[in-house]
Amino acid sequence: MSSLAQKKGFGAVIWDYLTTVDHKKIAILYLISGGFFFLVGGLEAMMIRIQLMKAGNDFLSAGLYNEIITMHGTTMIFLAAMPLLLAFMNAVMPLQIGARDVAFPFLNSLGFWLFFFGGIFLNLSWFMGGAPDAGWTNYASLALASEGHGIDFYSLGLTISGFGTLIAGINFLVTIINMRAPGMTYMRMPLFTWTTFVASALILLAFPPLTIGLFFMVFDRLFGANFFVVEMGGNTIIWEHLFWIFGHPEVYILVLPAFGIFSEIFAIFSRKRLFGYTALVFATILIGFYGFMVWAHHMFTVGLGPTANAVFALATMIIAVPTGIKIFSWLLTIWGGSISFTVPMVYAVAFIPSFVAGGVTGVMQAMAPLDYQLHDSYFIVAHFHYVIVGGVVLAILAGTHLYWPKMFGTMLSEKLGMITFWFFFIGFHLTFFIQHFLGLLGMPRRVYTFGADQGWDLFNMISSVGALFMAIGVLVMLVNVVLTTVKNVRVGNDPWGDGRTLEWAIPSPPPFYNFAQTPLVRGLDTYWIEKMEGNKEGMVYAEPLGDVHMPNGSIIPLIMSFGMFVAAFGALYFLDDSKPWALAVLIIGLGITFGSMLVRSLKDDLGFHITKEELIEDAKRGGNTDGLK
Amino acid sequence: MMKGLTNWRLFALLTALLVFLSGCGREEISTLIPAGKVAQDQFNLLILSTIVMTFVIIVVSVIFVLAIVKFRRSKLGDDMIPEQVEGSAKLEFIWTAVPIVLLLILAVPTVYSTFDLADVTAMDAETEEGEKENLTVNVTAKLYWWEFEYPEQGVVTAQELVVPTDERVYFNLISADIKHSFWIPSVGGKLDVNPENVNKFYLEFDQESSELEDGVFYGKCAELCGPSHALMDFKVKSVDREEFDQWIAAMQEEPEPAAEALAQEGEETFANSCIGCHAVSGTAPAGMQGPNLTTFGDRNRVAGFLEHNEENLKNWIENPQEYKPGNLMPDGKTNNGGEPFSEQELDALAAYLMSLSVEE
Repeated sequence: MSSLAQKKGFGAVIWDYLTTVDHKKIAILYLISGGFFFLVGGLEAMMIRIQLMKAGNDFLSAGLYNEIITMHGTTMIFLAAMPLLLAFMNAVMPLQIGARDVAFPFLNSLGFWLFFFGGIFLNLSWFMGGAPDAGWTNYASLALASEGHGIDFYSLGLTISGFGTLIAGINFLVTIINMRAPGMTYMRMPLFTWTTFVASALILLAFPPLTIGLFFMVFDRLFGANFFVVEMGGNTIIWEHLFWIFGHPEVYILVLPAFGIFSEIFAIFSRKRLFGYTALVFATILIGFYGFMVWAHHMFTVGLGPTANAVFALATMIIAVPTGIKIFSWLLTIWGGSISFTVPMVYAVAFIPSFVAGGVTGVMQAMAPLDYQLHDSYFIVAHFHYVIVGGVVLAILAGTHLYWPKMFGTMLSEKLGMITFWFFFIGFHLTFFIQHFLGLLGMPRRVYTFGADQGWDLFNMISSVGALFMAIGVLVMLVNVVLTTVKNVRVGNDPWGDGRTLEWAIPSPPPFYNFAQTPLVRGLDTYWIEKMEGNKEGMVYAEPLGDVHMPNGSIIPLIMSFGMFVAAFGALYFLDDSKPWALAVLIIGLGITFGSMLVRSLKDDLGFHITKEELIEDAKRGGNTDGLK
Repeated sequence: MMKGLTNWRLFALLTALLVFLSGCGREEISTLIPAGKVAQDQFNLLILSTIVMTFVIIVVSVIFVLAIVKFRRSKLGDDMIPEQVEGSAKLEFIWTAVPIVLLLILAVPTVYSTFDLADVTAMDAETEEGEKENLTVNVTAKLYWWEFEYPEQGVVTAQELVVPTDERVYFNLISADIKHSFWIPSVGGKLDVNPENVNKFYLEFDQESSELEDGVFYGKCAELCGPSHALMDFKVKSVDREEFDQWIAAMQEEPEPAAEALAQEGEETFANSCIGCHAVSGTAPAGMQGPNLTTFGDRNRVAGFLEHNEENLKNWIENPQEYKPGNLMPDGKTNNGGEPFSEQELDALAAYLMSLSVEE
């Protein structure tokens, strides 16, 4: 970290992170915890592939296998992909719009800690009687029949972490609407900010249906309600609707920011402005909009009838049009550019064929009658891994390399980065391409074993070998992170040399107040414009140097989230006769949460000011102070 | 459905190509070797969409490869600053319009086929004498096994569906417990088996299953339904109409008592320990706790997935949980009133069950 941070003791650094409301530090918290859950989910994936390496394998038992696939999916989507993207949104988006922080720094911290405790709670199920085992989709009839508390860990854990995500989404929306620097009109916003904006809107609209579904599930399982109990007049299909009304937009919540990261990369490393910027923006909005009209394509085989299936099939196909616009705009961005094949760019370039492959199989599955064959077979497993890994995970890896210098002030090794890339990329295609054919050959998904001589043996073996390659790639990446951190070679404002947007105009990592003076934005790719016009500072300013108002750090978000965590245990054991203390725990937990809300409401916290003199002093030292307190 | 749209010979050629490229798969279960109208329609859609999508992939790949080869910085030099192009209305129009046209090509057969495959109006059609014109099978999915009831014929069987070839067979699907999904990959796509409503669809079986290497088509549960979801298999025997009528007639007859001495002994044990859940008459009511075993000796697998021999059968009776975790059959000890079955009793039971047959 910076000069001031190095003087701090270890305990002080920890305390600093526990109480921080700085978007850049919260980004690091998201990155570390998302990265940790990514490794956990990856380990689960490896166990799945070991089990399916050969016919009739007994590495995992049937019940354990179902727990592992459930936790693999849930962890990767909710606890790895989303927080890792939230890390980049937090780290970069406020810088891109020239803001000093997000609109609600306190809420930002609360959002993180809710996600964190929700994720921990969910994973504690492994040690407390078994993980959820009804698939990440948690279909109601199976979920209600599931014994033990696994499903309750799922519904309570996701409720808590879902609050966190919802808060983050609202926060980003308000930030982007209100805190853009002067001159940063909507149509000058970098594409990553745009995709953050649209994804946040999707979070705002998509998470409430999930929360409702989870509440129904919690009440059915823990408090004796009958929303999904067929014998009592309930209906399990309602869960499927609620889940997918959330679940489909969720795909776009993940993939739109990934598109945003790639859009930045294509422009930077081709030294060219995005081709068809306006079209890209409107394609993003359209994808977000259509994302809410297509959920029933996950339910073609449920028996909704031909009219519903036909309508949703057509609606789904339409999404291919804006997605195609994006692909061609990216291709035309690099066309005529000057392409530098750095690690982020290599990921971005590899993303195009990978994602196109995932996209075309998506259109195939949009054809409802064909989907009757493909649905719930290994074809769909191949398809969504092509989209999520080929789109989102490649973006996360690319983004990690791209923004690492901005977040930590050091450059990840390009050489090790390339090794990671090749292992991961080859492994990815080896693992999942062959799975299309497994599906076509009749292999259903979510099977813990398969019989020999059904024509699936060789392909499963190949798929498992591919998974090993991906694991090696990720391990090399970890080595890269450790080596880079140990070497600690500091970099300047614009380490890639071709930065175009505001975040590259300020030190790496930026000072805790981001911009000593709010910049004035004179066009799309504002930093590029200033550079091309020979402006050495890289920015023009919208205000004179003056005092900067900053928020105080606070431990309250952590305590508030911890209260929810405690209360969840109370709810979990509410119906267990052997645990009469459950109600007390529920009340104590909620007491902690509401008590800390009360403290927050009654105690004025007006923040503090950094004086002009301190800013000048800081600028002399390189302008990347980690904080004055 | 696609007669007006596509060239069948081209399809046949591409079929061969695709099968060659992908490894054939087993004809008992591969969707790439369709054995009925429904699977064939779906396969045609697969080929059509693959052609269209291959075109898309080729266009993207060509632009992509040219771009990354032509515009490398190592070729252009470090100082080159490219022209900052904003966009091109013409190009953007093209790549909006062309995909729409391609999607229309896919949309028309999709909509047609969606309605065609869901058309079950003929299910209730009756002849002048008031008999059903078409065969209907009621399928009930239960935790890890399948019951097949032929309501018009008053016949019930389990685990092995028997159907006539070259005619439409209609299905009513319902689950007795949790959600499952009914899928015979080489005959047609899946339809979910929900606990709250009856789903209806039809399939056609164009090939007699006796021509297959294993003698049966493979059916699968395609919706995660608990630990033994992977083992919730069933088999399909497709026979010509004449043979099917014979089979129905045989099922409708009262079962004969066992002939052999060992099997007779087994029949007694069965009557004491098993009959509470398992019927051995084809005309027994549907909805028993366990699968109807009338055709057990004719079946292809024990418990839907184990090789069909006495050894597996005896192991299964002794300890079903070990083979199909989470299934609802009590172990041998419980069924025998607290004492494990003796080796002799197991042998007898196996001999009896294997003797249950309606085929000649």
